[in-house]
Amino acid sequence: MNLYEYQAKELFRKYGISIPIGKHAATDADLQWDRFPVVVKAQVLTGGRGKAGGIKFANNTSELQEKGKEILSMSIKGLKVRSLLLEEKLDIAKEYYVSITLDRSTKMPVIIASTSGGMEIEDVPDSKIVKYWIDPTIGYSSFVGREVAFRLGLTPEESKQFQDILGKIFALYEGYDCELVEINPLTVLKDGRIIAGDAKIVVDSDSLFRHKDLSENPAERTDLEELAFKKGYALVELGGDIGVIANGAGLTMATLDGLTLKGLKPKNFLDLGGSDDVEKVVGAFQILKEAKIRGILINIFGGVTHCDTVANGITEAKKRVGIDVPIVVRLSGVNEDLGRKILKENGIDAYSDMMDAIEETVQVVK
Amino acid sequence: MSILVNEDTRILVQGITGHQGSFNAIQMQKFGSKVVAGTSPGKGGTDISGIKVYNTVRDAMNEEPNATFISVAAPYVLDAAKEAMYSGIDLIYILTEKVPYQDTMKIVSLANKLGKKVVGPNGPGVTSPFTCKLGIMPNQIFKRGKVGVISRSGTLTYEIVNQITTNGLGESTVVGLGGDPVTGMNYIDALEEFKHDEQTEAVAMVGEIGGTAEEEAAEYIRNKFNKPVVSYITGRSAPPGKRMGHAGAIISRGKGTAESKVKALEEAGVKVASYPYEIPSLLKEVLK
Repeated sequence: MNLYEYQAKELFRKYGISIPIGKHAATDADLQWDRFPVVVKAQVLTGGRGKAGGIKFANNTSELQEKGKEILSMSIKGLKVRSLLLEEKLDIAKEYYVSITLDRSTKMPVIIASTSGGMEIEDVPDSKIVKYWIDPTIGYSSFVGREVAFRLGLTPEESKQFQDILGKIFALYEGYDCELVEINPLTVLKDGRIIAGDAKIVVDSDSLFRHKDLSENPAERTDLEELAFKKGYALVELGGDIGVIANGAGLTMATLDGLTLKGLKPKNFLDLGGSDDVEKVVGAFQILKEAKIRGILINIFGGVTHCDTVANGITEAKKRVGIDVPIVVRLSGVNEDLGRKILKENGIDAYSDMMDAIEETVQVVK
Repeated sequence: MSILVNEDTRILVQGITGHQGSFNAIQMQKFGSKVVAGTSPGKGGTDISGIKVYNTVRDAMNEEPNATFISVAAPYVLDAAKEAMYSGIDLIYILTEKVPYQDTMKIVSLANKLGKKVVGPNGPGVTSPFTCKLGIMPNQIFKRGKVGVISRSGTLTYEIVNQITTNGLGESTVVGLGGDPVTGMNYIDALEEFKHDEQTEAVAMVGEIGGTAEEEAAEYIRNKFNKPVVSYITGRSAPPGKRMGHAGAIISRGKGTAESKVKALEEAGVKVASYPYEIPSLLKEVLK
């Protein structure tokens, strides 16, 4: 789960990491400030907001009101700006970079640091980047901060502050089960202080049970995804017009790939998961009823999910949900014959081969 | 011979009185696995289908288990894995999904240092037909044979195993690595096991978007593997930045695309199928 900059900076404050003086503004009435100039920053979960006009300076209250309202009415890369962060304007001497993230290859957290900050880290040459892997069994210790600071070639005064910040962001990375903590730029002020100019945090959604103070940010989901999420389904909207219901993430992706290779555009990824519940199947149809689609392909390989359960679910859905587009069904695996018999009695011929079902889908939506 | 599990595997089920634990303990028994004990704190002294239930893993060591099936809820997985490692169990399979990845990272790091093997989390486990199943794969899809299967998926693995079986081939061992961004064994670890397994003559590797484990496996296959490998990669139509069901199935910052994986594997001489059903014919080609 991505946090907004203002939420990330709240966590920075909690961990004692220096941030600019600032205030979160969600409505026009919050557009008040007393020590100008002030920076007005759009709060959106995407990069490139500066270029899109989402960061502006104001020198007095009327400018703040004008620019604040302007940014609050913007959308950046399709995302509505819902609030602002007002911050003191900094006297910047230099911009550094630091982040901690998961390195999937080594299965360890990696610290990435550079004295070339303020730009995307992907655009910084490797020669200017220091990487340091943390052994999860040993954890973070002061020696790590010392070594990274030496390798960056920081001055003694910078080094002391940098090590302090690094220790604190590692504590935050662990404390909040983060996938990413990134400070870019890590700002060196003209008076020598180092503070977090920006803040980006991604929290592992699977860890939210132990972070009750965080709640899911709904802005990341489309309406259809939000509907599915509330009903407890894993759905990703893809933009095409063929509805897909399958079981297992891998088989669902394989179904989308198969349709795509045959020239169709899937509307969605929808995984029934490891359930064996008629209502779960009916619920999937209720979600797809809200989507604009030309047909539905159901692809089931029965294991934990039994084919007869899915067949009963499809029959129920036809009665209760009222789907008016063609439905193609593939059932294979546990209780396949029983499932096919149930569907047959209700006027549906189910396929046992996945490719046959994909070919049939191509035919029926022509 | 098969890899990881065989007729000498003695399984402990941690969380045996839960729905998943009891159901799968019985399914594993039906498959022919030796399920020797279970744990459920506070329910020691009872039994599930003749399997003795203990309060702690240390007590359950009475029955001499050498592998564990962990199906406790996500918040307790780290503790359960530590309890198993501390008590001397060498092979740890974790069924549970939605385990925080930092917990998994700690389990894997500790296991590496202690010389333990971890399979999962969030995967279907390991099956060697017909000597032992440690996991949740459907019992009826297997046939003993010479194909090793490695996958990050559950259901897609069953689909492909079923096709290998119905096309007259069979499996030596099927390994489900799990769909999380951090898992215990990865492709290279499983390939290393298959390399030394006489029963295995070819490997089917089922991959998906996210991370670079398939690319790293391709490098290993090119330089260090001695048997033919065929592959299928799913998620070709997945958009970047979206988690496709599995926590680990996400293209982030341009990394982890299906194209990159297919290219790396093909460059390593691996035949890559466009559709799952092509796997058996590719296997027959390389086994000639």
